[in-house]
Amino acid sequence: MNPDTLFSGLRILAAGIDLHGDLLVRDGRIHDFGQALGRPDSATLIEAEGAILCPGLIDMRAALGEPGFEYRETIASAALAAAAGGITTLAALPDTNPAIDDPALVQLLRTKGEQTGSLTILPYGAVTSGCRGEELAEIGLLHEAGAVAFTDGTRTIGPARLMRLALSYAKGFGARIVQHPEDPSLAAGGTATETEQSTRLGLPGIPAAAEAIIVARDIRLAELTGGAVHFAHVSTAEALALIRTAKANGLSVTCDTAPPYFDLNETSIGDFRTYAKLSPPLRKEQDRRAVVAALADGTIDAIASDHQPRDADDKRQPFALASAGGTGLATLLAITLAHVHNGSLSLAAALDLLTARPAALLGVETGRIAKGAPADLCLFHPDRIWQVESGRLPGKAQNTPFDGRALEGVVLGTWKRGKRVFG
Amino acid sequence: MYYRQKHLLAIQGLEPPAINQLLDLAESYVLLNRSGKTQRDLLRGRTLINLFFEDSTRTRTSFELAGKRLGADVINMSVSTSSVSKGETLIDTAATLNAMHCDLLVVRHDQSGAPNLLAQIVDAAVINAGDGTHEHPTQALLDALTIKRRKGRIAGLTVAICGDIAHSRVARSNIHLLTTMGCQVRVVGPPTLIPAEVADLGVTVFHDMPRGLAGADVVMMLRLQRERMSRGQVPSAREFFRFYGLDHEKLAYAKPDAIVMHPGPMNRGVEIDSAVADDKLRSVIKEQVEMGVAVRMAVLDILSRDHRRNEP
Repeated sequence: MNPDTLFSGLRILAAGIDLHGDLLVRDGRIHDFGQALGRPDSATLIEAEGAILCPGLIDMRAALGEPGFEYRETIASAALAAAAGGITTLAALPDTNPAIDDPALVQLLRTKGEQTGSLTILPYGAVTSGCRGEELAEIGLLHEAGAVAFTDGTRTIGPARLMRLALSYAKGFGARIVQHPEDPSLAAGGTATETEQSTRLGLPGIPAAAEAIIVARDIRLAELTGGAVHFAHVSTAEALALIRTAKANGLSVTCDTAPPYFDLNETSIGDFRTYAKLSPPLRKEQDRRAVVAALADGTIDAIASDHQPRDADDKRQPFALASAGGTGLATLLAITLAHVHNGSLSLAAALDLLTARPAALLGVETGRIAKGAPADLCLFHPDRIWQVESGRLPGKAQNTPFDGRALEGVVLGTWKRGKRVFG
Repeated sequence: MYYRQKHLLAIQGLEPPAINQLLDLAESYVLLNRSGKTQRDLLRGRTLINLFFEDSTRTRTSFELAGKRLGADVINMSVSTSSVSKGETLIDTAATLNAMHCDLLVVRHDQSGAPNLLAQIVDAAVINAGDGTHEHPTQALLDALTIKRRKGRIAGLTVAICGDIAHSRVARSNIHLLTTMGCQVRVVGPPTLIPAEVADLGVTVFHDMPRGLAGADVVMMLRLQRERMSRGQVPSAREFFRFYGLDHEKLAYAKPDAIVMHPGPMNRGVEIDSAVADDKLRSVIKEQVEMGVAVRMAVLDILSRDHRRNEP
């Protein structure tokens, strides 16, 4: 039996809760919280001036290096980075090698998550076999094995007929299809958003409309099938406007975005900085501002890390040949907080986007503070400063697009089912 | 600001004094070359490596001649891009070159930004001899020198750059240089070959030759790759020639004394009619080649000055 932990004299912030007081963890669950709880004998006492206790973060989109890309990152290393970032639950993309298109692989990932002791891994199942975009994977069996939703990861489900089938079939299991919204034929060969900057740099461009085209089509297909579609890492004003309208029309349409898309714009590429090469590519400033606005008005349902580990060889290449993707676990909270500090987002709304709202999308009982709920918790200081430095990030992958960024907001500790796993 | 950079990776970012310094120096090398004299002590003992990941006989030869005229040891390295993964080759090659103590590294690569990456790794001064669809700075400098000698000035001229702007590093370097030096720059081509938001670079976009060439002092034609046809950006060579190929009929819209330029190699009958290309009164294409050697001598001279100064 683990000893109790008493968090004392902290601001406790979660969906529907904002109080200054104590929280008691017993047997891995939140036993009680409120003002001036008594300290049980032998309870570990946690006090931190000015700190905030919130649910452990729920990251609804991250790539793990396993299976198949262990040179980039292992699950153990990702779990370290996640714990350092206050993340206790993570939904893992299926476009690994092999792809997560078999029930045994879903179970393997879940088990590997358990083995870390600090991170719950919720595997996405592949929509198509091998994420190849041809025939449907065994969505029912994958669902039964514990796949939280279905996606082909960084591959767009391209043909309209295939997307229709996927939405329609998954609906039978109450499962959601997560789309990487980028028209494959428009994006083919492209490496940066098609703008004045891509013209200057001589980089093959991807028009921003490639995102809106798939979003518009898939909203229409969701309407046709009655299926549920979720758009990942939405990054353009036009796509967000379409999603806003679809939601107003009562369709089962949701979306997330990732910190690069509300914190950076295309200028981060500078002189061919491959660490800023992402998929979708960084956008124009007006799109970045539209993402901020959509976070504030609730159009966006979650902020995900969109963690994509890469090693130096993947990135030390001419820009067009370099692999797209950036790490995001360790910076997820602090980049989000930067937009609380600058006034564009309330702290409560920001935390909801990182906890309760993705938890609801994924159907998990964590991501909230309630008596009896699992004690997955994150303790952070909202104002303490640090600097992102590639090479000194927790975990193996160091390909952060935020290298050099000064941030306010430090994770002081992370607890998984009542056990301290970081700090 | 005179030329202060270690490398020559791009025209973008250069100020008029730096460009003028290079052009003035190049002009002096034109005179030197024509006089039959050489200056073989200037780069004596220096190693110039021509590192070409893409075939180019004329640019490589031009740099080779420039280096030899200044007394450098010139080595030509052609690297096949198909053998190994390109990025590995680039990084590995850079390590090899460092071990060889190369002083001046001339790079051509089919990927935009490859010289920037090399410049981060090697000790040598890197000269971009054309990278993907990004820049080809020495081509723009030699074009500017040609224009200056023919027209007596650069500022105030109207220059029409025609054809495949989207895939042209020559066009980009020329746009930066000519707008920086005070030209009115136009780009003329079918919309499928005009890159996104190019007007933001300070040029005016035209889709038809008569309007695009009207009143131009300089008509700069670009090579159209056959690949553009296979990828559907242009339906056919004959259709392209009909609307965008430069013949005397279209040239008549430009000023009567307008000069015609082409970076070579030409696709005769696709972007340029032979009658225009070989018209001694209008075409300065051969002169561009001569200016190329002089400009590259000036670049090698300037980029090796710090090293020479530091010597006992």
